Amino acid sequence: MKKTIPLFVVIFGGLIFVAYAFSPHKFLQDDFYNKFYVPWSYAAAPFAALLGIISLSMMHTSKIKRRAPKWQFSYFFFAGFIVTALAGLIGGMQKGGLLMWMFENMQMPMSATMFSLLAFYMASAAYKAFRARSMEATVLLVAAIVVMLAQVPLGVKISKHLPSISQWILDVPNLASKRGIGLGVGLGSVATSLKILLGIERSYLGGGD
Amino acid sequence: MSFELMSNLVGAFFTLCIFSFLYKDNPFYQMSEQLLVGISLGYGLVFTYERIFVPFLWQPIVLKHNFILIFPAILGTLYLFRFSRKLGWLSRYPIAFSMMSIGMGVPLGIHASILVQMRQGMVPLETVNLFLIFLGTIAVLLYFFFSKAHSGSYGKFVNVGKWYMMIGFGASFGLTVMARISLLIGRIQFLVNDVFGLLK
Repeated sequence: MKKTIPLFVVIFGGLIFVAYAFSPHKFLQDDFYNKFYVPWSYAAAPFAALLGIISLSMMHTSKIKRRAPKWQFSYFFFAGFIVTALAGLIGGMQKGGLLMWMFENMQMPMSATMFSLLAFYMASAAYKAFRARSMEATVLLVAAIVVMLAQVPLGVKISKHLPSISQWILDVPNLASKRGIGLGVGLGSVATSLKILLGIERSYLGGGD
Repeated sequence: MSFELMSNLVGAFFTLCIFSFLYKDNPFYQMSEQLLVGISLGYGLVFTYERIFVPFLWQPIVLKHNFILIFPAILGTLYLFRFSRKLGWLSRYPIAFSMMSIGMGVPLGIHASILVQMRQGMVPLETVNLFLIFLGTIAVLLYFFFSKAHSGSYGKFVNVGKWYMMIGFGASFGLTVMARISLLIGRIQFLVNDVFGLLK
């Protein structure tokens, strides 16, 4: 009841999905997938989102209760969450409303700046890699510098061949390495899917009885 | 003060709060970080409610009387038992329902990640570049094959795969840095043109 039925659902449902991927039969394509699985998945999905929201809120509540390091900042989390949620649920998502104003003037600038900060950290990581003075690190950095310079006008001023060298790097060695890695990842994901389908891999069911 | 300028000043304040982390960790950065998580979560909640809950659950049940959807709604609520020590096992049912689609991943994964890539890799080696791509793909694949020791002439060939990967990682690194730099330029342009430009 606790583990066997969910396992049976995954194995039986998974085998139907294997048949769905191969067969164009109306029962599988329309009745099973379009009329059963898709609407049921959409109907159950909001509760999964709710689980995440409750989990994060509980984490911050416990942080405040325990007076954990930097607990005061958890109030900003709640302030941001409550104000945004109320603005959206009461005022709607249309442009000109409070929710979109917060999205455009708070969320977007902050997330864009957060990602732009990574430029500095990547530069620092590149410097550290270069200090390793290994041949591999040098090849990596030379490829990176060629690709970077080819994207800006300065690169063309240095050498008019730089854009074509960069394109060759992207089209030949980069493609070969990505294809090799991609094939390995594909084989690995298919093997993991098969293990789940055959009931060998059960970690997604969690611990306990 | 115009509404546009006030909005831009709010954006500029939070931009500078995040940039302040470049100096060192500080309360302004901590505040913005938590605010960002909160606002993103609030936006996610509203988005889920408006775009998923209302059109796919509320309206079909209340307006179209499609009462069968009460069952997946009950199934979804079982997720919340994750927090219960005694009834936590009930949350396995909705997880199992979503895991069913893994069956589709086997044939589609074989097709998209393996067969298509192999077909693209096994073309007539008419040019030097096609030969280099073929050689690199084989060398990279063998680099991750650990059933045979990487020694002798085999080890030297496998090592070629490492060099291919270094060039590939370098190219990815370069493209990622440029993407981040363009975001940085965007933020600086916002500060210089949209904020200080309006303040003048």
